[in-house]
Amino acid sequence: MSRYGRADIAALVEEDRVHRDVYVSAELFALEQRHFFANTWTYLGHASQVPEPGDYITVEIAGRPLLMVRQADGGIRVLYNRCAHKGAQLVTDAAGHLGRTIRCPYHAWAYKLDGSLLAVPAQAGYDGTRLKDCETGRGLSAVKHVAIYRDFVFVKLSDAGPGFADYFGDVLPSLDNLADRSPQGRLRVEGGVLRNVIHCNWKMYLENVNDTVHPLSAHESATAAAKALWAGQPDDAPKPMAMEQILPFGAGFEFFDRMGGRVYANGHSVLGVNFSIHSGYGGLPAYEAAMTAAYGEKRAQAILQQSPQNAVCFPSLAVKGSPQVVRVIRPLAVDRTLIEAWSFRAEGADEVLFQRSMTYNRLVFSPMSVVAHDDVHLFETIQRGLNAGGNEWVSLHRDFNRAELDQETQTVNGANEILMRNQFRAWVKFMTLTMDE
Amino acid sequence: MDERHLFEFIAHEARLLDERRWDEWLALFSDDGRYWVPLAGAAQADRDTHNSLADEDRLLLSLRIERLKNPRAHSEHPPTRCQHVLQPPSMLRQDPDAGACELHTPFIYFELRGERKIVLAGSYRHHLVRAAGQIRIRLKRVDLLDVGSALPAIQLFP
Repeated sequence: MSRYGRADIAALVEEDRVHRDVYVSAELFALEQRHFFANTWTYLGHASQVPEPGDYITVEIAGRPLLMVRQADGGIRVLYNRCAHKGAQLVTDAAGHLGRTIRCPYHAWAYKLDGSLLAVPAQAGYDGTRLKDCETGRGLSAVKHVAIYRDFVFVKLSDAGPGFADYFGDVLPSLDNLADRSPQGRLRVEGGVLRNVIHCNWKMYLENVNDTVHPLSAHESATAAAKALWAGQPDDAPKPMAMEQILPFGAGFEFFDRMGGRVYANGHSVLGVNFSIHSGYGGLPAYEAAMTAAYGEKRAQAILQQSPQNAVCFPSLAVKGSPQVVRVIRPLAVDRTLIEAWSFRAEGADEVLFQRSMTYNRLVFSPMSVVAHDDVHLFETIQRGLNAGGNEWVSLHRDFNRAELDQETQTVNGANEILMRNQFRAWVKFMTLTMDE
Repeated sequence: MDERHLFEFIAHEARLLDERRWDEWLALFSDDGRYWVPLAGAAQADRDTHNSLADEDRLLLSLRIERLKNPRAHSEHPPTRCQHVLQPPSMLRQDPDAGACELHTPFIYFELRGERKIVLAGSYRHHLVRAAGQIRIRLKRVDLLDVGSALPAIQLFP
């Protein structure tokens, strides 16, 4: 029996601070796996990862092994990756092709791509048994709540909680901004995925996605080195792509504060509603002409001028429209988190956009990134630091205003920690939604 | 270039990294030299269609090295130490007329930082050239065996 009931969970999140247990309690992590990550919509993968019927990817969400499969009719289904018979995982590669059927390697039970049971060897042994009337006889279990938005595939494991459109609301245009960067409105996952394992709680990572106050101090060593190496270059000297992407990390507090932020119900946010460190990338006249031809001048300009720092589709996805990258947050344990950084090719767009996508991920989100080294180090020290006695609370006071408690969508200054407070308010909501008391 | 001399060069290069003598290490690269850790390891064909864990020219290597010297490189407290354990190199290709060759060197790499230790395995491909009487690295390609797995932060140079 858990010692955390609904009231205890709510008490961990005050209006302007959170209790350390949300980051360090293994018991709370187990409750998150059972409640929070079942009640929220989680990003699973991109439809372009399974282009042909029979293509699959395997993903584990909240401890549940899942299998996303392209169907014969072109649709996508998400199945639980366990044989209906004994529970063996049907496939164990990260991605691959199944052919026309799914065949369990253990006893050769065979399923159609939609998961229905096709054949069992030596079938006669089951005559007169209850097999066909139970879960096993019905074949592979499918995830009921699957939503595909602009080829981004999301799942919700529980029947509770809002539907997809209500859950994400007005943060969804951030995914449109990413997909619309393609004159054809289509993205393709390409260039491989950078996978990082960090010894910290997943919430720390997701909060830092919205933290505009840390770059100046946390990234001082990387930005100082970049500035020193670039010193003496004339202002109009063309920057190598790496310099164009790293130097803006050294912008001051004012810059980050003025970029502005917006929060939405259910923990979502957009940081950099006015501009961001990505706004100053060099112009690409041929690409802009292709965008104008595809969308008309007004809409093309609206798409290209919107370059937020990060949009968060809480709690699993951080999105950058430019460069075209997403980070996927996968909690592994209370103190261990997998971060995946995916690159996209915007179909029909200039090759430079794809190179920007890969270069940004390599420079900033690779296990060898000189920018990430200091972030990761700090997350891992927080995970240990919170075990200290004396103070059991983590501050989220910056720019707190009691009036914020009465509104959902709000536009604020970039350094306002409401972007984090908003995540914790949603955390309480979806943690307790399916708790009895 | 005689083989023994080349093999000593490979060992010397690894020793400079183990001893944190990064400026001397960087000086071993030709002006167009690169340090490349492809994301897909030995299977990767190029750097333009698939990403890399690191793909750095002299400018980015300098950035990495200058950062490590800054006392506010937070992740360097305590400092990271590393040890390269090399198998004897083998000669893949030699072009005496151009003064160029390619060597293959399997390795194990240990990196220690405080309580954390990581171990990586793989092999190097060194593209070496002779320039002004010196051996220089045009490309150090690091093919990790650990492709596909999630990696912790790698602070130094595998």
